[in-house]
Amino acid sequence: MRLLIIGNGITGVTAALTVRRLQPEAQITLVSDESAHHYSRTALMYVYMGHLRPQDIKPYEDWFWTENRLTLVEATATGLDVEQRQVSLSSGQTLAYDKLLLATGSVSRWADWPGQHLRGVQGLYGLPDLARMEETTRGIRRGVVVGGGLIGVELAEMLHSRGIAATVLVRDAHYWGSVLPAAEARLIDQQFEESRVEVRYQTELAEILGDADGRVRAVRTTAGEELACDWVGLATGVTPNLALVQGTAVETDRGILVDELLQTSVPHVYAAGDCAQHRQPGQHEVPIEQLWYTGRMQGETVAHTLCGRPTPYRRGVWFNSAKFFNLEYQTYGRVPASPQTDLATFYWEHPSGYHALRINFENSAGFAVTGFNALGLRLRQAVCEQWIAARTPVREVMAALGAANFDPEFYRQHESAIVQHFNQQFPEHATGLRRRKGLWG
Amino acid sequence: MSSSSAAGLALAQPPLPDVSAAEKTTLTVIGLGFLALLVAAFDADADRARLSLYAGLALSSGAVLVWSWLTFGRKPAGVQHNNLWLRSSTSRGAVAWVAAVVLTGFYVLLYWYSSPDDQGNFGLLNGLVHTLDPFSQALRQRPADQWFLYGTFYTLAILLMGGRALWKYRHSRYQVIRTCSVMFFQLGFAFLLPGILQFFQQPEFYFTYFWPLKYDYLLPGTVDYLVQNGQALGVFMVFWGAVMSFLATPVLTYFYGKRWYCSWVCGCGGLAETAGDPYRHLSDKSRQAWRWEVRIIYPILGLIILVTVLMWLNHVWQGAILGPAADGLYRFYGFVIGAVFSGVVGVGFYPLLGNRVWCRFGCPMAAYLGLLQKHFSRFRITTNGGQCISCGNCSNVCEMGIDVKQYAQRGEPIIRASCVGCGMCSTACPRGVLNLENGPREGRYQGSPFIHADSLRILS
Repeated sequence: MRLLIIGNGITGVTAALTVRRLQPEAQITLVSDESAHHYSRTALMYVYMGHLRPQDIKPYEDWFWTENRLTLVEATATGLDVEQRQVSLSSGQTLAYDKLLLATGSVSRWADWPGQHLRGVQGLYGLPDLARMEETTRGIRRGVVVGGGLIGVELAEMLHSRGIAATVLVRDAHYWGSVLPAAEARLIDQQFEESRVEVRYQTELAEILGDADGRVRAVRTTAGEELACDWVGLATGVTPNLALVQGTAVETDRGILVDELLQTSVPHVYAAGDCAQHRQPGQHEVPIEQLWYTGRMQGETVAHTLCGRPTPYRRGVWFNSAKFFNLEYQTYGRVPASPQTDLATFYWEHPSGYHALRINFENSAGFAVTGFNALGLRLRQAVCEQWIAARTPVREVMAALGAANFDPEFYRQHESAIVQHFNQQFPEHATGLRRRKGLWG
Repeated sequence: MSSSSAAGLALAQPPLPDVSAAEKTTLTVIGLGFLALLVAAFDADADRARLSLYAGLALSSGAVLVWSWLTFGRKPAGVQHNNLWLRSSTSRGAVAWVAAVVLTGFYVLLYWYSSPDDQGNFGLLNGLVHTLDPFSQALRQRPADQWFLYGTFYTLAILLMGGRALWKYRHSRYQVIRTCSVMFFQLGFAFLLPGILQFFQQPEFYFTYFWPLKYDYLLPGTVDYLVQNGQALGVFMVFWGAVMSFLATPVLTYFYGKRWYCSWVCGCGGLAETAGDPYRHLSDKSRQAWRWEVRIIYPILGLIILVTVLMWLNHVWQGAILGPAADGLYRFYGFVIGAVFSGVVGVGFYPLLGNRVWCRFGCPMAAYLGLLQKHFSRFRITTNGGQCISCGNCSNVCEMGIDVKQYAQRGEPIIRASCVGCGMCSTACPRGVLNLENGPREGRYQGSPFIHADSLRILS
C-alpha cells in the first residue's frame, strides 16, 4: 500500500506509526509545509518562554523517521486529483497514492475585524506563528489578547514571561464560559490576578487600530474604549484547514465530512483530526474535535481502517487537561458549564483557592457519576473513566475517592474534607471514605 | 544551540528581560564574597585572612539566599523555568564556561596541588586551609587540611543552594521534603558526625557512603584500620558498611527504588540536586548518550568488583601472587574514577554537561542500585492514561538524560535503571501525567489502555 498523509501533526503521525505497526511493508509518506519533523504544537509556549529549545519539542529524534521507513516531504500540497489518485506539491513533485489521509489540521478563525492584518496582529497555531510572535513582541511593552479559551491564557502567560503587560478580552462573563462552570472560572481568574494580568470580561474586540507604519497601536472594544498596545493576539478559535480539498469532489461543510470510519465522500480518501467533521457525532459529542487527544485517537483509528480492518471511531469517555498559569486542570466525562436538569453537581473548593473538585452525577435512579472537573488536583484517568463507563453510583465513588488520587507523594490529601463536604451537601448519599491514595487496592 | 537550525525549527534568539537592580546588587555581593575568599587565600596575615574568609562566606551566603528569594520567592509558587534555555549561565553560554573552568580548576588544585608537604604547607590552598584551623580544632580537635576545606565548602554549597531549591520548588511537598533530606544527611552524616568522631579520637567514618561508591570501606586495608583503631565502634563501622551494601541497599531499593539513596541521602546526589539544580536540563537525552551510559557505567561497576576481589585475594595470600597488579589496579581506579571522573568531570563540568554526569556515567553504586531498581523493585513512574501532550518538559528536566516523554506519550510506566527518582518530571509536567509510585510488582510494566499507537523501535 502506498499511503500518503497530508499533515505531520499528531493525527498524521499517529496514523503513520499505527500503520507501520499493522502493516510493516506499507510505503508511508508524510507531507507538511510547516516543519521537516513532527513537533508538539502544545509545547510552542514553552519555547517562547525559554523552558525548552525548538529541538526539544520534537517528540521523536530525527533518526526515528528513517529507521521506521517513514518518508518526510517538506512542501505544500497544492493540488488533489482524486481520479488519478495523486497529489501535486509546491515543489513541482507529484505523489501518487493508493490511500490518502487528510490530516491538515486547522487555521486560526478570525471574525473579520477591521485592522486584523496590521503588523503585530496574529494567532498562535503553529511554528510560523511562534516565529512571528518572537519577532513582533521584541521590545514591546503592552499586548492585548482576544479570547477567553486555552490559547488566550497561553498567550497571556507567554507575554507575562517576557515582562510584557497583557490585557485579555473575554466575551463571556467568566473565563472559558462555554466550558467551565463559574466556580472553576473564578479560580482561574485568581491565577490571572496573582500574575497581575488584567482580564476584561464581557468585552469584545471591535477594531484594531494601526499607526502610519501599518503596525498595531491600539484596539477598540465594543464598549468604545480604546486600549493602547503594541501587539494583539487573536485566540478566538480555529477552523478546519480545507485549502487542499476546496474545488475537489471531497465533500465539505465546516470541515471535511467523514463517516464513522473517517472516510470522506471520495473512495480511498480519508480525513482525521482537526480538519474532519463527523456526519453523525455520538451522543454528547461535537462534530469537529480540535484537540491533541482526539487527533491522536482519530489518527490511530483511521490507521486500522487504512490497513483493511474497518474500525469505527469511538471516542470513549471525554477527557482533557490544561494548565492556567500555575493551576492544573483535568476533566473527565461530561461536566457542562451550566446546570442540567438531569444532573446533580457536587463542588468542593479548598479555602486557598488552589484546589477544587467537581463531581457530576445523575439525579435519579442509580445516581451514576457522569463527570469530574479537577483543579490543582491530579486524578487517575483510568479510575475516573472506569467509574463513568460503569455508571458507578456517586456514593461508591465518594467512598473510594482515594483510588483516583494521582497527586505526588507527600501532597496533602483532601479526600476526607471532600467526603465530609459531600455528606453535608447530599445527606441522602452520605458515606465514609474507605479507600485512600495509592496503588494498593 | 547549533542544532536548532539543523532541526528546521530555527528561531531568532530573543532578548532577555532586564535584571532588576536588587538582583544585580545581590549578584555583586556574591562576587564580593568570592573576592574576599581570594584575599583570604593569599593574605599572609593569619588573622586578617581568617576575618576575610568569614566575611566572604557571610557575604556570599547571605546574598545567595537573598538572590534566591528575589528570583523565586516573589513570584507565585509553581514551575519557574522562564528563560532557562536563554540565559548564558544555564545554556552553555560564556558565563557557564567561566563557571566550569573555575570549578574544574578548583578540583585540579584540590586533588593534585594541595597535598601538604613536610612543613604542613597545602600548596595553593594553604591560606584557605589554615583559615579554617580554629573551626576544625573546635569540631575535630585537629588542624584543618585540604579535605576539611573541601567538606566545608561542599556542605555550604548544599545548604545554600538547598535554600534556593526550597524557594524554587516550594509548591511541591515532595521536592521540599527531599531537599531537606539531602541537606540533613550532608550536614549531619557527611560533615558533623565524621568531625565529631575525630574529636573523640575515633576513625573518620561516613555512615552515608557505602561500597562500591566508597570502595575503600570494604577493602582489607580500611577494614583492618577500622577494626584496630576503632575497637568496638570500628567493628560496628565495618558491620554497618557491609550491611548497608549487601542487605539494606537491596531491601530499600526493593521498596522505594534507588531514589532512597541517590536523591535523598547521597552527598554526590545532594550536591547535584541543590548546587547542580540550575544545570539539570543540560543532560544529553539522545539515544546515543544512553548507549554510552551503558557502555561506561557497568564496566566501572565490574572494575571495582574486580579490584575488591583482587585486593582480598592479595590480602589472604599476603601479596604472594597478585601484589603489584592488584595494587596498580587499585591506584588506577582511585585516580581515573575516584578523582578525575567523580570530581573534576563530575562536578567541574556541571555548567556544561549537567549535574549528574558522574551519577549517570560513572558511579558504581548507581549502577548497582540501577540493576536492583530495574529488576527487583516496586518503584515505577506511572503515566496517567492518555493525558500526555508530548510537550517534552519532563525530558527537559531529567538530570539523568532519560527521554521521559518517549514513555509518557506511549502511555508506558518509566522503569529505567538510571532514574534517581528526583521527581522533577512529575513536578514539571503541565498535565499531571507522571507520578512516582511504589506498588505491587504485578502489573508494574502495565501500560495505559488509552494509547496503543506505537511499539516501534524507539527505545531499542
